[in-house]
Amino acid sequence: MSKLIPDITKDKIAGGVYQNKLHDSGHKHVNGQAVYVDDIPEPHGMLHIYMGMSTVAHAKIKSMDLSEMRASEGVACVLTVEDIPGINDYSPVKGDDPIFAEGKVEFIGQPIFAVAADTIDLARAAAKKAVIEYEELPAILTIADAMEKGSYVSDPHVMARGDADGRIATAKHVIKNSVELGGQEQFYLEGMIAMSIPGEDDEVKVYSSTQHPSEVQHNVAKALAVPDHAVTIETRRLGGGFGGKESQPALMASVSALVAKATGRAAKLRLDRDDDMVMTGKRHDFHFEYEVGFNDDGLIEGVSMLHACRAGYSSDLTDAIADRAMFHCDNVYWLPNIKVESYRCKTNTVSNTAFRGFGGPQGVFLIERIIDEIAAKLDKDPLEVRQKNFYGVDDNNVTPYHMTVEDNVIHEIFEELEESSDYQKRRAEIREFNKHSKVLKKGIAMTPVKFGISFTTTFLNQAGALVHIYTDGSVKLNHGGIEMGQGLFTKVAQVVAEEFQIDIERVKITATDTSKVPNTSATAASSGSDMNGMAAQAAARTIKQRLTDFAATQFQASVEDVEWLPNRVRVGSEEIAFTDLVKQAYLNRISLSSTGYYATPKIHYDRENCKGRPFFYFSYGAAVTEVLVDTLTGENKITRVDILHDVGKSLNPTIDLGQVEGAYVQGAGWLTTEELWWDQTGRLRTHAPSTYKIPACSDRAEDMRISLWEKGKNAEETIYRSKAVGEPPLVLGISAFHAISDAIASVTDYEVYPALDAPATAERVLMAVDRTKKAAKS
Amino acid sequence: MTSLQFVFRGELREIADIDPTYSVLRWLREEEGAVGTKEGCAEGDCGACTVVLAELGSDGSLEYKALNACIQFMPMLHGKWLLTVEDLEALQADGSLHPVQQAIVDTSASQCGFCTPGIVMSLFALYRNENRPNVNRVNDCLAGNLCRCTGYGPIIDAAQKMYDGTEGEGFTPAEANAISLLKLIPSDQGMSVSDGERHFFAPASSDELAELYKKYPNATLVAGATDVGLWVTKMQRVLEPVIYLGRVRDLREIKDNGDNLIIGAGITYSEAHQVIAEQYPDFGELIRRIGSTQVRNAGTIGGNVANGSPIGDTPPALIAADAKVLLQKGSDIRELPLQDFFIEYGKQDRFESEFVKAIKLPNRASDVIFRSYKISKRFDQDISAACGAFALKLNDGIVKDIRICFGGMAGTPARAKQAEASLIGQNWSEENVEKAMQVMEGDYTPMTDMRATADYRMMVAKNLLMKFYLETTDTQIETRVVGEKELAHV
Ligand SMILES: Cc1cc2nc3c(=O)[nH]c(=O)nc-3n(C[C@H](O)[C@H](O)[C@H](O)COP(=O)(O)OP(=O)(O)OC[C@H]3O[C@@H](n4cnc5c(N)ncnc54)[C@H](O)[C@@H]3O)c2cc1C
Ligand code: FES
Ligand code: FES
Repeated sequence: MSKLIPDITKDKIAGGVYQNKLHDSGHKHVNGQAVYVDDIPEPHGMLHIYMGMSTVAHAKIKSMDLSEMRASEGVACVLTVEDIPGINDYSPVKGDDPIFAEGKVEFIGQPIFAVAADTIDLARAAAKKAVIEYEELPAILTIADAMEKGSYVSDPHVMARGDADGRIATAKHVIKNSVELGGQEQFYLEGMIAMSIPGEDDEVKVYSSTQHPSEVQHNVAKALAVPDHAVTIETRRLGGGFGGKESQPALMASVSALVAKATGRAAKLRLDRDDDMVMTGKRHDFHFEYEVGFNDDGLIEGVSMLHACRAGYSSDLTDAIADRAMFHCDNVYWLPNIKVESYRCKTNTVSNTAFRGFGGPQGVFLIERIIDEIAAKLDKDPLEVRQKNFYGVDDNNVTPYHMTVEDNVIHEIFEELEESSDYQKRRAEIREFNKHSKVLKKGIAMTPVKFGISFTTTFLNQAGALVHIYTDGSVKLNHGGIEMGQGLFTKVAQVVAEEFQIDIERVKITATDTSKVPNTSATAASSGSDMNGMAAQAAARTIKQRLTDFAATQFQASVEDVEWLPNRVRVGSEEIAFTDLVKQAYLNRISLSSTGYYATPKIHYDRENCKGRPFFYFSYGAAVTEVLVDTLTGENKITRVDILHDVGKSLNPTIDLGQVEGAYVQGAGWLTTEELWWDQTGRLRTHAPSTYKIPACSDRAEDMRISLWEKGKNAEETIYRSKAVGEPPLVLGISAFHAISDAIASVTDYEVYPALDAPATAERVLMAVDRTKKAAKS
Repeated sequence: MTSLQFVFRGELREIADIDPTYSVLRWLREEEGAVGTKEGCAEGDCGACTVVLAELGSDGSLEYKALNACIQFMPMLHGKWLLTVEDLEALQADGSLHPVQQAIVDTSASQCGFCTPGIVMSLFALYRNENRPNVNRVNDCLAGNLCRCTGYGPIIDAAQKMYDGTEGEGFTPAEANAISLLKLIPSDQGMSVSDGERHFFAPASSDELAELYKKYPNATLVAGATDVGLWVTKMQRVLEPVIYLGRVRDLREIKDNGDNLIIGAGITYSEAHQVIAEQYPDFGELIRRIGSTQVRNAGTIGGNVANGSPIGDTPPALIAADAKVLLQKGSDIRELPLQDFFIEYGKQDRFESEFVKAIKLPNRASDVIFRSYKISKRFDQDISAACGAFALKLNDGIVKDIRICFGGMAGTPARAKQAEASLIGQNWSEENVEKAMQVMEGDYTPMTDMRATADYRMMVAKNLLMKFYLETTDTQIETRVVGEKELAHV
């Protein structure tokens, strides 16, 4: 059946919700036809931009001589802070991210100037001719240093409930310890890029690889000192974002727009991978301290936590991220007496930013560590201690921020997975294996996740969409969400197809564009399909209502008699093809276009008192990971993974499974091979894939069993009762970390707790083996 | 011949004027508007730029190899057929997707899609070269294709599923056409091109090479460009002139003369892999873990040696096996124990205009026990923090000879002479090995960098000696986390 003539006899549309619809761009990915910003044909005379970066971590700029650079071959334009007509800032919140350094530099890699030339080679060659003199200032390069000096980007924040200190003091067992948790580079395969095309008057159009076109728009407008309406941002797809393109693409976009407006020529700024990794922020690394009191069963009576994260030189999104880490300090556990202090350290390093999970994984990491250590101390299976501390379903179910957990399904998921993964049997076998294996040791761990869904900044929880039906019955869909691989466009199109009961091929998904849907929020916080799906549904429903009314009138029936069937509408005994209905409606002057809007209900939060309902609902899941560790070298490998994850009623199981697997692998990478390493001058030395190691193909466990939880159904009224999926499963990577720890513990016959720091590189593992062996001896 | 000739999109392309170090990736994207091939790193690590080059094999058929276009220089294409992701559909002739592409679509093996063109091309080469390989082979094939989205599972599925499909009818004629065009390019002639200012020479014999190198002592020699490519893309170095070794026939030979394997300096890892593995199975395992398929298809052992890096992976193994390096200057050829070639960090025993001609690797005597171990943060496609190789001769449980060589422990690949001495003549026992481990602390003063701390390097080097001991004395013990686990005991 041709695409142009929909089948009006079938009983189910192609590509509705709950179907395994393939990614809309799959066929374009494989033949190279999918267009990313760098693939757009370059306008005639386009300039290429290179950014001059600080080479010192903290200094006053004494002098800058850019004359030779300006005179260099092919250079059309040089920009510094003086050349910004508007405001020299691209920050998302606080106004503390200068586009170009002003008088001082605060990290190695900070942009100081931009040079635009006919080719990128000429721009780079010119940049080398810049002469900048610095007067170096003392630099704060580590969290420890910042804590000691009280260097923060914002005030410390405390969340407390009950009497943590009191209960710790009276508890039978107490553990006091600390742990380090490394950051993580997003390593989107497509680096940061923006291309700007100057328009008439004050207009500019920017193609930006961003998760947040509206914010890019505001920042470009602010830098150019023009109204928002002069700036249009368009984004068809990203070659990965993972949070890294939430706030900081505003820098590339602003600079390219500034060049475009200054020269009247199109301008592109595409960061080379190394520059990208040096110049842009990563997942926040944390230093944690904790003290926990518990009873013989491992039940936590009181716990006190200290979170200290590295913001870098500016705030960026740190407050929201550090807050989310606090919101996840409980994970799935009932902690009646708890205190969390959070410090957001200002250091002379790149400004850390969003990364899938947005602080949540870090928060969970700590409580899982605490539980693991409690189990070790009591010589219990950590699984048992975890279950002991789970939130109740009807009681013991209030989070430290006073939100009642109404949708707790972790008990069921844990039990099912424990069973299906054969956890108990395998654990026993592993212990047996370890007794006889001198060099290689196995480890196993099962960890849960409960992840809060919604932006914790309440006003961000809104979305818009735009739906047009053309007179041939084809539909054009636009919304504020960004397609970055997660299948958002496919899912939202499924929703619209379902609403109109038309085959998904009839729905054209178009690039996100600030001139079509305004004032959008970032595609982040896993909220993409929740919010944009709802907004698109609202838009579709508006038109659908008009069409229903129209059909009823046409056929002199009542609205209740109008039934939407695949590619057609039935009114009483008559059926009319959707295309015909649409044409009729047009001829009868019925509007076939509508916007749709959605604001997440129920949520509110009082940050000062740490009280409220920051999340609409929670997503749950659990994973069992088994590893093999070489105790002579510390090398380790994940050998088997079992995951059971709750995505509610899945809009698209294929896409959701892909998200779960990808997230898990990313989470495991974060805690194993992915290590960011700065030298003593504050220079990031792992600034390319040659030195920064994300998981490669062979790192994937050969035996990987992933299931979506069949009973899943969102308790809240989300889009078709589905749940967000982007971030929560990343947290499951924590099971890999604990499995490694379990393997190490075997070296001392589980006598000494390895107290491993993350990431568990071969080096950290071997050092932990060595440390525990020595401790066991003494 | 003074023009670059290669086959592209079914035609013989001839370019007389080209920047000698212009990358294939940039040419595709900037000159041809062929933007399907992506740049993810411009340093050979991510695979987003993977293309396939087909060359005429000795039997007249085409050999397909996946390569990183970002670090291949344009003139290196001479005499080859360049295939990119845009070609596959066209070659199907019936408008359908190639089975590789279709499998990726069907298994949902693309999410953001940015890695996908590279993955398509890596799998395309696999599809052409092997039939339904096992998952380990698939992992090896894809080690140089990073994907940040999928977690790889669906891609691995696609690598199986692709064999269910058949190639379209366009392939056979396209191959025939490519072969006939490639035959028009003389394979035994040197080639040179320039952009008017900078020059690229591709001599066809080592005498020609010697001549040229004498004339241009400042020339940069390029074999696979897996090191040199990065000087251009990452350091913006301007190289003039460039002398390419890939067409020097007598450097592209690997011969067994009964006592030694003579590995021509132009032999790639891929070409050497099996031959070396037959003699030294664990050296084969080491090669399997050098770079990725794309890197091994380009990179040479000669380049690894000549580059002089203290963290190159082959020198420790070669030195432990007592390999020699053959150097040629003009018509003079000299031979040197490889360990003497490395003088100090950044300095090798190589004269002006002298080049590495071959590596002479002794055939393994039946009483030599050999192992090599590579320690890196990630198993595949990573540079070693430390890389150790051991060659042991026992006589009745007594150490007759032992050679221990490490990379990553000093400014050059270096032997653990004191540890060796402490073992020779002694019982090959755990106790003596433990003593030697202590002694080894006097052999090395490693450094701390982003790959590892000095402490870890020392500790792991010592432990590798213990691992070697355990593998040579306990036939049951499990010691390998990855790779063919039996290699611990062969
Ligand atoms: C992604 C990636 C991964 C890598 N992984 C590894 C790894 O795992 N282990 C490892 O050891 N290396 C690795 N390398 C480094 C590199 O691949 C090796 O050093 C390789 O052997 C270099 O060979 P080549 O033929 O590409 O050398 P080229 O880059 O062509 O040359 C390297 C150097 O040797 C000189 N040279 C080459 N041939 C000769 C000759 N015949 N006579 C004199 N001088 C000569 C060149 O002038 C240059 O100085 C990796 C590189 C990349 C890009
Ligand atoms: S662009 Fe990454 S390998 Fe070539
Ligand atoms: S699909 Fe995004 S990197 Fe592979």
